[in-house]
Amino acid sequence: MSGGALSTLAIATLAGALRVSTPFLFVSLGECLTEKSGRINLGNEGVLVLGAMTAYAASYHTGSPWLGVLVAASCGGLLGGLHAGLCSLTRINDIAMGIAIMLAGTGLAFFFGKPYVQPSAPLLPPLPLGFWSDSPQIRSALDVSPLFFVGVLVGIFMTWAFQNTRSGMVVRIVGDSADAARAMGLRINLVRLAATAAGSALAGVGGAFLSLVYPGSWNEGLSSGQGLIAVALVVFARWDPLACTGAALLFGAAGALGPSLQSVGVMQGYYLFNAAPYVLTLILMFIAVAPGRRMRGAPGELSIVR
Amino acid sequence: MTSVSLARELTATARAAEGPRDRFYWLRKRLESALIPLVALLAAAAAFSLFLLCLGKSPADFFSLIWRGAFGSAFSLQNTLQRASPLLLTALCVALPAQLGLVVIGGEGAVVLGGLAAAAIAPLISALPPICVQIVMAIAGCAIGALWIGLIGLMRARRSLNETIVSLLMAYIAIAIFNHIVEGPLRDPASLNKPSTRDINEINMLGHLPGTDVHPGLLIGILACIFFYVLIYRTSFGFACRVTGGNLRAAQLQGLPVAWLVVIACALGGACAGLAGMIEVAAVHGKANASLAAGYGYAGILIAFLARQNPLGILPMALLLGGITAAGGIVQRRMGLPDATVLVLQGMIFIAILASETLYGRIAWFQPRKSA
Repeated sequence: MSGGALSTLAIATLAGALRVSTPFLFVSLGECLTEKSGRINLGNEGVLVLGAMTAYAASYHTGSPWLGVLVAASCGGLLGGLHAGLCSLTRINDIAMGIAIMLAGTGLAFFFGKPYVQPSAPLLPPLPLGFWSDSPQIRSALDVSPLFFVGVLVGIFMTWAFQNTRSGMVVRIVGDSADAARAMGLRINLVRLAATAAGSALAGVGGAFLSLVYPGSWNEGLSSGQGLIAVALVVFARWDPLACTGAALLFGAAGALGPSLQSVGVMQGYYLFNAAPYVLTLILMFIAVAPGRRMRGAPGELSIVR
Repeated sequence: MTSVSLARELTATARAAEGPRDRFYWLRKRLESALIPLVALLAAAAAFSLFLLCLGKSPADFFSLIWRGAFGSAFSLQNTLQRASPLLLTALCVALPAQLGLVVIGGEGAVVLGGLAAAAIAPLISALPPICVQIVMAIAGCAIGALWIGLIGLMRARRSLNETIVSLLMAYIAIAIFNHIVEGPLRDPASLNKPSTRDINEINMLGHLPGTDVHPGLLIGILACIFFYVLIYRTSFGFACRVTGGNLRAAQLQGLPVAWLVVIACALGGACAGLAGMIEVAAVHGKANASLAAGYGYAGILIAFLARQNPLGILPMALLLGGITAAGGIVQRRMGLPDATVLVLQGMIFIAILASETLYGRIAWFQPRKSA
């Protein structure tokens, strides 16, 4: 492979990573917040799809893509609230309920989204960070969406808040030991409701990115399971919001590597590259988990780590 | 869930041993597990009617169309049965590990790999008579499915890895391997637009049940559900599984081989899902391609939870879901509703049935009574 092809590959992968990783970033931060409070929400896949649809529809009708992002976040919050409310009843399996919410969210999005497949809505404009370069490849690669930076800031804020604020501590206590939380007089279900709704609102923003930035249109095949993959991604990042940011970039880069390789003529192993993040997560779990020991950073109340 | 029902069963047995105080408890217990899902279904139907009314559509029209499209004629009934049959097997892939308290959601991986194994092996043995080819294909599908989900069980048993996350990851890995092989080494050069493996040959296809258009996968699925019902509720293996699911410590203290039970239950579930993939190849598509990853594995999760992990309960629930899916087309044409309407209805049903889980043991009338 020549130097030219190699730099093309690097630029294409970088550009792809920044674009592909943003939905991962938002959903995984949302999932991280939910899981920190001791509950898992597989429904974020449905939230993602519903967020993508509502954002596109709102942007189409109002002409303001930022309003679309807001609508997506609110719809996500509502669906997350429904999940949390139902899960606070006794003996409800949060994993199964998440799958139900996923189905309902996807169904609602497809149902109401039918009229929006054809028309084109105003998209979120990117920040042209490649203005200094003459190369059109670099310029287009560095057209980064402002939502990406919002996501990074949210990740930094969450890390800080978990360590330094009262609400962050409350979420962690509720997630780590329901008994301790009860003894402190915390209202467990309320905290989880808030964390799940906020988490799903973030996932909704991730969906808005899909329809308003990249790929930048609404259709039924928009999500390729990012909401479910986020669950694995949070395990991979060991429930650390900053690590979620890094992991989202890594998953994005791995996802972008296949198409980039194709663009320079390497056709072999396209699908195997797609599987790379999952294999990586599996290996990490293998190393990190030992019988009788919990994963470092894992919330004690979380059903999937007990 | 399992632990509660098992504990209640044991309490009931203990009470029965004390004396004939509450002779109709068994009847009320059966009523409870039949009435609560029924109420949940009605609640979902009511919520969905409200949804339709808000959109200015008639709920009565909708439900009568669903009935006609799902069960109204011989054709629609056969369509329903056709759609229900893979779901019977993929639901078992969830329900069997669930007896041990495991939530395995990666049946989709076993379905695609099972189908791929069946499609890959058929051309190698095409000289054999069709019945032998079919049996070898079924064994290949079962074996690869059992291996795939059994591996998840092994990781759970030996390394304490969470089976839910691992099965999810493994499903994505399986689909990647499937795509790689179908578009690479095993691709039929003649399949241009939709990469597929070679045809398994018309004579090796499974055909239809006599007098119908329904393929034998339905019969296999029904027999599998009955077989696993007997295995779980009428054998010591099944009892050991349920004890482990109910109380892990108790099972360990009893000296039950918990690790092996986990691996075997997962492998049996995987074999079912792999068989579902093989049947899809051998009875519907005739080759392995992307149509195999149609979400049967994920729909199976839904049905297993609706059936409360009871293999016999899977039968009506698969029929219900298959029927709703089959009626999607007619609803779309007659009422001008999008095809996603049935998806919304399914979501509502799923949420209602899962939420009704909280009612078990809460209604006093169903509970054992002290004195008569």
